[in-house]
Amino acid sequence: MTAPLLSIRDLRVAFPTRQGVFEAVRGVSFDLGRERLGVVGESGSGKSMTGRAILGLVRPPGKVTAARMELHGESILNLPERRMRALRGARISMIMQDPKFSLNPVMTVGQQIMEAYRLHSGQGGRMARDKAMEMLNAVQIRDPERVFHAYPHEVSGGMGQRIMIAMMLAPDPEILIADEPTSALDVSVRNEVLRIMDRLVAERGMGLIFISHDLNLVAQFCDRVLIMYAGRVVEEIAARDLHQARHPYTRGLLDSLPRLDHPVSRLSVLERQPSWRDEEIATPFPGGL
Amino acid sequence: MLKVENLDVWFGDPPDRVHAVQGATFSVAAGESYGLVGESGSGKSTILRAITGLASGWSGRIEVGGEVVSGGHRSRNFHRSVQMVFQDPYASLHPRHSVDRVLSETLRLQGMDGIDGRITRLLEAVGLGQGFRFRYPHQLSGGQRQRVAIARALAAEPRLLLLDEPTSALDVSVQAEILNLLSDLRRERGLTYVMVSHDLAVVAHMCDRLAVMRSGQIVEEMEAASLRSGRVGTPYAGELLAASSSYRREAG
Repeated sequence: MTAPLLSIRDLRVAFPTRQGVFEAVRGVSFDLGRERLGVVGESGSGKSMTGRAILGLVRPPGKVTAARMELHGESILNLPERRMRALRGARISMIMQDPKFSLNPVMTVGQQIMEAYRLHSGQGGRMARDKAMEMLNAVQIRDPERVFHAYPHEVSGGMGQRIMIAMMLAPDPEILIADEPTSALDVSVRNEVLRIMDRLVAERGMGLIFISHDLNLVAQFCDRVLIMYAGRVVEEIAARDLHQARHPYTRGLLDSLPRLDHPVSRLSVLERQPSWRDEEIATPFPGGL
Repeated sequence: MLKVENLDVWFGDPPDRVHAVQGATFSVAAGESYGLVGESGSGKSTILRAITGLASGWSGRIEVGGEVVSGGHRSRNFHRSVQMVFQDPYASLHPRHSVDRVLSETLRLQGMDGIDGRITRLLEAVGLGQGFRFRYPHQLSGGQRQRVAIARALAAEPRLLLLDEPTSALDVSVQAEILNLLSDLRRERGLTYVMVSHDLAVVAHMCDRLAVMRSGQIVEEMEAASLRSGRVGTPYAGELLAASSSYRREAG
């Protein structure tokens, strides 16, 4: 087996509160290879916080600790901000849920992609412009010349998300963390955006961490899935086996979804067990890596 | 219960006028649950807004419980029989009003008596105990907030509830609880629902019939059973169904 791109052991994110220390992430461990890794769970399960911790985006007083957090065998845990900035974007990138809040409203799309590229590659204007056009083509924007000169408010949500992907990919990162990248999009646009990410993983050998609350989507799109509950991974499973998941929490989530092919008069409701917070995970690490 | 005929809704003035809904016609019988599905911008929420008088420019005919409405004004009787639940419960609840104040204000506006007892019963009906009565929205979870929004809609004892993506901001486990609550309330109170959603599975679960919308027009009306079995009449409905049921990897 080849060495993982990213290796994480016992990741913890803690926030001091008036009621004591609150741990948002409580001992998450996984390795990421050149694959699509899904991270699912409900809001508050710590899935986004795990993504932010990897990028060093947890703000004080939040504290990130880990037994190991390595990119290609090199520790990236709590790097000084200056070194983290060199890493962030260039080697690990993140796509957020809503492009409206992630794009600069007073800069044209082209300028923003060029800026992202110039900052990380140190290349000049001409190169950056070519790269920006190439990226817009790569995310299948039909009229890249027009979009290059457009402002974010002049493009649709699906287009905005493709622009975000173009911007994140310009510096050729090794790892892409996508936090609910398609939740704000319509289904038809969603599938296009997924196909673009899919191709990029296949062609560039990128590692993708796909954070989502949508179990069906993750089952179809990813290779492997981590299910998070209360800051921990409770189950790890191959995506194609997700519908045969064993952990009662995963089962509960799956059963609470209304399904077109299986009418029920009442939806089943998740009965949370206190034991899920702390018991051993269903497929203990390092099971199926 | 609800009849909409030839409804056109527009925003803005010429030449920048946008026709959000064009020639929509449908009717919903008392006690029925009717779904409106389509992508964003297809006009499904705009129809609900036109019914409640929140969209100013519209033409056509809207009849609710035998009463024909006109313009943006709605009678007292209308507000008593029609209520709306919005997508984002955080945005639709006043952040500095407690649950008690939200409900008592609504009840007073509706000219109800015995407000104290009614609040107790409303909270019980939506599965919130008395412990929630003096909480503020930020002290509630998303699901609890949506329960408060539903309690507020029920306060007027309406017969028609307009539900605009009531669960799309919620986790799936919480969505199941809210959908079950809405089903129970409809059965117990004989309510009529018009539900807007982009989630076909949710609409198939909740509704008897539905309309598929695209760029302001109703392209197809069908039974929920037809949607489940994939018996759709128009190519667009078929595409929508295929796109929402699965993501397929490209071959090769």
